[in-house]
Amino acid sequence: MAGARRRKQQFSRIHAFSCGKASFKGDHSLIGGPGFSRVIYCNDPECFEASLRNYCDNYVRSTKYTLATFFPKSLFEQFKRAANFYFLICAILAFTPLSPYSAVSNVLPLVVVIGATMGKEAIEDWRRYKQDIEVNNREVKMHQGDGVFEHTKWMDLKVGDIVKVEKDEFFPADLILLSSSYEEAICYVETMNLDGETNLKLKQAPDATSSLNEDSSFQNFKAIIRCEDPNANLYSFVGSLELGNEQHPLSPQQLLLRGSKLRNTDYIYGVVIFTGRDTKVVQNSTEPPSKRSKVEKRMDKIVYFLFAVLVVLSIIGSIFFGIETREDLENGRMTRWYLRPDDTTIYYNPKRAAVAAILQFLTALMLYSYLIPISLYVSIEIVKVLQSIFINQDLHMYYEEADKPARARTSNLNEELGQVDTILSDKTGTLTCNSMEFIKCSIAGTSYGHGITEVERALAWRKGSPMAQEVAEVGDQVKEIKEEKPSVKGFNFVDERIMNGNWLNEPHADVIQKFLRLLAICHTAIPEVDEETGRISYEAESPDEAAFVVAAKELGFEFYERTQTSISLYEFDLSGKKVERSYNLLNILEFSSSRKRMSVILRNEEGKLLLLCKGADSVMFERLAKNGQEFVEKTKEHIEEYADAGLRTLVLAYREIDEEEYVEFNEKFTEAKNVVSADREEMIEEVAEKIERDLILLGATAVEDKLQNGVPECIDKLAQAGIKIWVLTGDKMETAINIGFACSLLRQGMKQVVINSETPENKALEKAGDKTATAVAYKASVLQQISEGKQLLISSNENSEAVALIVDGKSLTYALEDDVKDSFLELAIGCASVICCRSSPKQKALVTRLVKTKTGSTTLAIGDGANDVGMLQEADIGVGISGVEGMQAVMSSDIAIAQFRYLERLLLVHGHWCYRRISSMICYFFYKNIAFGFTLFFYEIYASFSGQAVYNDWFLSLYNVFFTSLPVIALGVFDQDVSSRLCLKFPLLYQEGIQNVLFSWLRILAWVFNGVLSATIIFFFCIQAMKYQAFRKGGEVSDLEVLGATMYTCVVWVVNCQMALSITYFTYIQHLFIWGGIILWYIFLMAYGAMDPDISTTAYEVFIEACAPAGSYWLLTLLVLIASLLPYFAYSAIQIRFFPMYHQMIQWIRSDGQSDDPEYCNMVRQRSIRHTTVGYTARFEAKSKSSKERGEDNR
Amino acid sequence: MDATGATTSSADGGGSNSKASAKKNSRKPKYSRFTQQELPACKPVLTPGLVIATFTIIGVVFIPLGLVSLSASEHVVEIVDRYDDSCVPPNYSNDKLKFIQDADTNKSCIRILPVPKLMKKPIYIYYQLDNYYQNHRRYVKSRSDKQLRSKSAANDISDCTPEDKTKNGPIIPCGLVAWSLFNDTYGFSLDSKTIRVNKHDIAWKSDKDHKFGNDVYPKNFQSQGLIGGAKLNSSLPLSKQEDLMVWMRTAALPTFRKLYGKIDEDLPANKKIQVLIQNNYNTYSFGGKKKLVLSTTSWIGGKNDFLGIAYIVVGGLCLFLAVFFILLYVIKPRPLGDPSYLSWNRTPSGQPN
Repeated sequence: MAGARRRKQQFSRIHAFSCGKASFKGDHSLIGGPGFSRVIYCNDPECFEASLRNYCDNYVRSTKYTLATFFPKSLFEQFKRAANFYFLICAILAFTPLSPYSAVSNVLPLVVVIGATMGKEAIEDWRRYKQDIEVNNREVKMHQGDGVFEHTKWMDLKVGDIVKVEKDEFFPADLILLSSSYEEAICYVETMNLDGETNLKLKQAPDATSSLNEDSSFQNFKAIIRCEDPNANLYSFVGSLELGNEQHPLSPQQLLLRGSKLRNTDYIYGVVIFTGRDTKVVQNSTEPPSKRSKVEKRMDKIVYFLFAVLVVLSIIGSIFFGIETREDLENGRMTRWYLRPDDTTIYYNPKRAAVAAILQFLTALMLYSYLIPISLYVSIEIVKVLQSIFINQDLHMYYEEADKPARARTSNLNEELGQVDTILSDKTGTLTCNSMEFIKCSIAGTSYGHGITEVERALAWRKGSPMAQEVAEVGDQVKEIKEEKPSVKGFNFVDERIMNGNWLNEPHADVIQKFLRLLAICHTAIPEVDEETGRISYEAESPDEAAFVVAAKELGFEFYERTQTSISLYEFDLSGKKVERSYNLLNILEFSSSRKRMSVILRNEEGKLLLLCKGADSVMFERLAKNGQEFVEKTKEHIEEYADAGLRTLVLAYREIDEEEYVEFNEKFTEAKNVVSADREEMIEEVAEKIERDLILLGATAVEDKLQNGVPECIDKLAQAGIKIWVLTGDKMETAINIGFACSLLRQGMKQVVINSETPENKALEKAGDKTATAVAYKASVLQQISEGKQLLISSNENSEAVALIVDGKSLTYALEDDVKDSFLELAIGCASVICCRSSPKQKALVTRLVKTKTGSTTLAIGDGANDVGMLQEADIGVGISGVEGMQAVMSSDIAIAQFRYLERLLLVHGHWCYRRISSMICYFFYKNIAFGFTLFFYEIYASFSGQAVYNDWFLSLYNVFFTSLPVIALGVFDQDVSSRLCLKFPLLYQEGIQNVLFSWLRILAWVFNGVLSATIIFFFCIQAMKYQAFRKGGEVSDLEVLGATMYTCVVWVVNCQMALSITYFTYIQHLFIWGGIILWYIFLMAYGAMDPDISTTAYEVFIEACAPAGSYWLLTLLVLIASLLPYFAYSAIQIRFFPMYHQMIQWIRSDGQSDDPEYCNMVRQRSIRHTTVGYTARFEAKSKSSKERGEDNR
Repeated sequence: MDATGATTSSADGGGSNSKASAKKNSRKPKYSRFTQQELPACKPVLTPGLVIATFTIIGVVFIPLGLVSLSASEHVVEIVDRYDDSCVPPNYSNDKLKFIQDADTNKSCIRILPVPKLMKKPIYIYYQLDNYYQNHRRYVKSRSDKQLRSKSAANDISDCTPEDKTKNGPIIPCGLVAWSLFNDTYGFSLDSKTIRVNKHDIAWKSDKDHKFGNDVYPKNFQSQGLIGGAKLNSSLPLSKQEDLMVWMRTAALPTFRKLYGKIDEDLPANKKIQVLIQNNYNTYSFGGKKKLVLSTTSWIGGKNDFLGIAYIVVGGLCLFLAVFFILLYVIKPRPLGDPSYLSWNRTPSGQPN
């Protein structure tokens, strides 16, 4: 991880502040030139020169529209949608005589639909606006002149202002650090909003200004800063400070970025150099790519398909119309004389029948527009917003501790959540809490610590389930252990044998003493004493280091002070007295990923020279002295045990050094440190290597990289649901593998394909400095490893063994090159789990893109830090964890949750429901519009395709927005195939989404067919029953008005009842909407019919006077209703009984009342789940299998 | 374990915000069955019992309904007589158009209609036209409802072209619909005794009261150029011109009947009615048929077996399906508790991966 290396360098400054002052290097000569033209007049923003510059203000805007641009811009957005544009054209054409209906009735639905969408946009933008106001009105202390600092709003800051930022405040703009409360003019900055790194960065002001650490000293401060122009690069900055006549270089070391936070420093003074949209963080924020779900993309295709149907129908209609119109004049004689073809407009002119046909085509396009559901898009948007509200409101996804509910930030992707095929997960902060807990240790061959890890807990839980009796032995000891919440962060160690000073009574008390002392000394943490309480907290470069120090403290070795040369502890001596001891710190041999260990050399109070060393087992055991191997066997055993429990282990050892050896070493070491060349690090390593030998083993520590609550269970469920999980982490390989074990993505016995570039040969090449040769060699080795991996994959597929792929960042660089990536992906897909370590943010995004584009499956990226932003934006769905690492990931995510474990509910419950709801909703939408549209078309056959609609204008236009829309929305919001409990109980249900069975083309076409069938039945039954004879006792015959009203009644009944048949979850809301929709139709018919005939035209009193008193009207409605629904009903009766889909099977179980029978459910689940290769279920199975085999061998 | 963030004794500077947020209002969602999507609901599953019961009920209800409808339809007595061909004198049979368009030809025609069964009053007289597109968009739109309704809207003729106005002003009623008013007439006699034809109350009441004004009188109607159909008595307001109202309710389909009048006396069976037809209306140019229909009605309306038959067929089908499903479930039952049905792998959509 690049971050770790950087961290290292900064912390090293704790010990050696001398380094790091940049001198005028090449870059600084650019100042003043193109791209480096910015000039800032510090403390004088109002001066004439500054006003010439006209830099932007500090107002940051995130809204999409302003008041002025809202209408044009959002209208444009609306009509970019093909369907809306089509309806707009229809609306315009409706004002011409081409229109088959009145203009107003056609425009109104469009206005309603567009208005609703724009209203939604407006509300969303208003929220963003309020957020902006909040941010821009934050206050910061600004220099007002005469050394007076007063609170000023962020947005009023100008370039050149001097601001004073206090502890735990955010920087309001990009600043140059001038001075701080520390003497050295340093300050600590938390940048997690920018790059996701939780560690503190050290910044230091230029020497020239470091003395200005009081308000009053700015009274007469004047300086000019020349620097680069605004750009997006967070890690570079070039500038110079002109103070008096002196030039001082400025580097990123002095730059404080907006969005980061001042920590551990009381206050700083800084000068504003970039404001508002010039700041690096704003320059970095790209417009989040707008994502559309696969379902919606397919829906667009169906809309186009319907367009095609529409055009075909229109063409057919216009051809027939042309022919019939031409025949209206036969040799100059009128045939259909009542149409007056001799004296007609162009629309019906038999002499120019072709023109008439073309114009008729336009009319038909408008008439059949009811095939395309105008309200589809807006309904879907409404539904999705409501669905998001449900996600936000879900109590099961509310995180009590942090007071964070789930938040769906875009509602576009709800149904996509039901189709996730691959999850790409960050590790730190996502799977883990990013806190280390000291949980176990092995000292002098004895294992201490009763704490249980998540993994063990998960296994124990498994054991508790009724089907797992065979593997009782796994968790015997676990059960007895009382679960004790750790009282101290980073410390979860319970063992009365060594706690509270009891270690003195243990057999190897001296070893334990050394062990604990080593923990307290061998680190680079700095203590911080809280002045009020006197309690000590530690600032460590990594959480595991902090865990060690804390553990030492809790066990009686309290580290309380560090100076440049010494470390002071309170400790117990062997007699049990608390003493204060100070150790003279001589050297720190730092940790690096290649050394995998760190050491300190110190002189204790007795004057003895000691080397304390801790490191990975792989490097430590080989460095032990012959006489230091007393506990090796036991320790190794324990380490293996710990590692299998998902713990991170380190081996602790020490050695005494004689003076001569040290003097010799120190000479060489100092020399190496002072070398200024590229291989400085290697020289240091070499020197260190020589002294870190002949160590005496003390023991080992086991630190739990604390998994978040419920992560193993969640991963297990997701794996059972058939979702692949990849871990992309910036961490080093060992850690990643550890976590892989911890969350059961890896397990013992799984074959591991490790693609690693850090081979000795490659290193040698790199040393040689030939870059191209190195690259070629790297690539060759990666290629070779990939092909080896594939071989292994093939062979293990035969044995049905699971394979895990572990790739490091460097290899990934080559594996992602164009010519390699296909075979890499092939390998990766074949593997049960994939772990990419040391991957940069960009690589994370690239991997995500590779999976997304090459496999075509839906990817979900989950992460919490700014380094995950690329991945979150690249993936089909980005889920941000709103954890401790700031808001950057959340801001660029589509959905934010507080804990990884909520992913289970988000996907398996909400995702599944939303997918099902949206897809059935869309299918139903097409059904109802096709059913309606085709009755119109059929009627044209009987009206010589003249474009006369069978229904009243307002019947037509209100169909979509009024009589049939609410039930569909209710379907989209409320329908549940199975309850959330069963969704979680049968995770495989999720496969319906991954395989897209509910929105397959076959299913869509089946609904289309059903629509046509319904239309056919409705239309032909109606015209057969109401042809020319009297339709009621009074001898009246049915006319256009009566037939239209009757047919429309049938349509309303049929589509609403079809809805009732196809939903599986009837709440009172569904009842209200479905039956309400039908009743509403009758009410409308009566109300509209009672209006003045000028308004109601053909609908005037049609229901009251004509239809309602006629028995045949009611009989016909009933007949058509039943006849239209019969095919669907019979089909689903057969289908659900004999070819049930998975959710229907679960419905069966539920309706048979077996869902509460745990035995039965387990049996069903066992039968139905497919063989999973990851997750603790699989781990458990593998374990029980192997233990069984072992048992058989023993017999 | 995350609660430990609250303790300050140890390392890591991350968790100071948890305390601050506790003071603010909790963002915990409020519990309600609605927001948690746990509303009480009926979750129907198409169990065999439900399916069979549904089919049986539909069958049991539909078949009697069908029988009742069918018998109602069967009780209707209907006399249909096509006269368009036979009312053209033989010498014009090759050029019927000339016959119909010639104003001087004798258009009278006598038809004898046997009464098959006793026809109870009221007996409705219809004319039936065939292949006549009253539902053509040009035709349907060619009218002015406003003009028909009120005197003041006499000039509202924009939709009526070409039958909109003459030199003397707007045509009332304007438009093609009115202009093509049907103008055949029928006179009935039984045993050389004239049967009175009641032409009152043949139009919808709403038409008479609201859609056709009682102060609107025909004007300039059929007064020049091509004469379409019947002329109107210009001394009667439109609200009294029931023939016009009937005609102007445009038919939905190209074959349609329109009410001509009523006979308010019973017609005994096996008698012959003599009809004197004035065969004026031109259906010859577009090959349409003309029929005279005498029909009684029942509660279901005129004679149409469709409803009855459809009900019986649908009901029968449902009964059949009920039996079919019973057999299906008996022959191929899904054993309760057999989870082999519940394997994902069995679904037709296939195996994952």
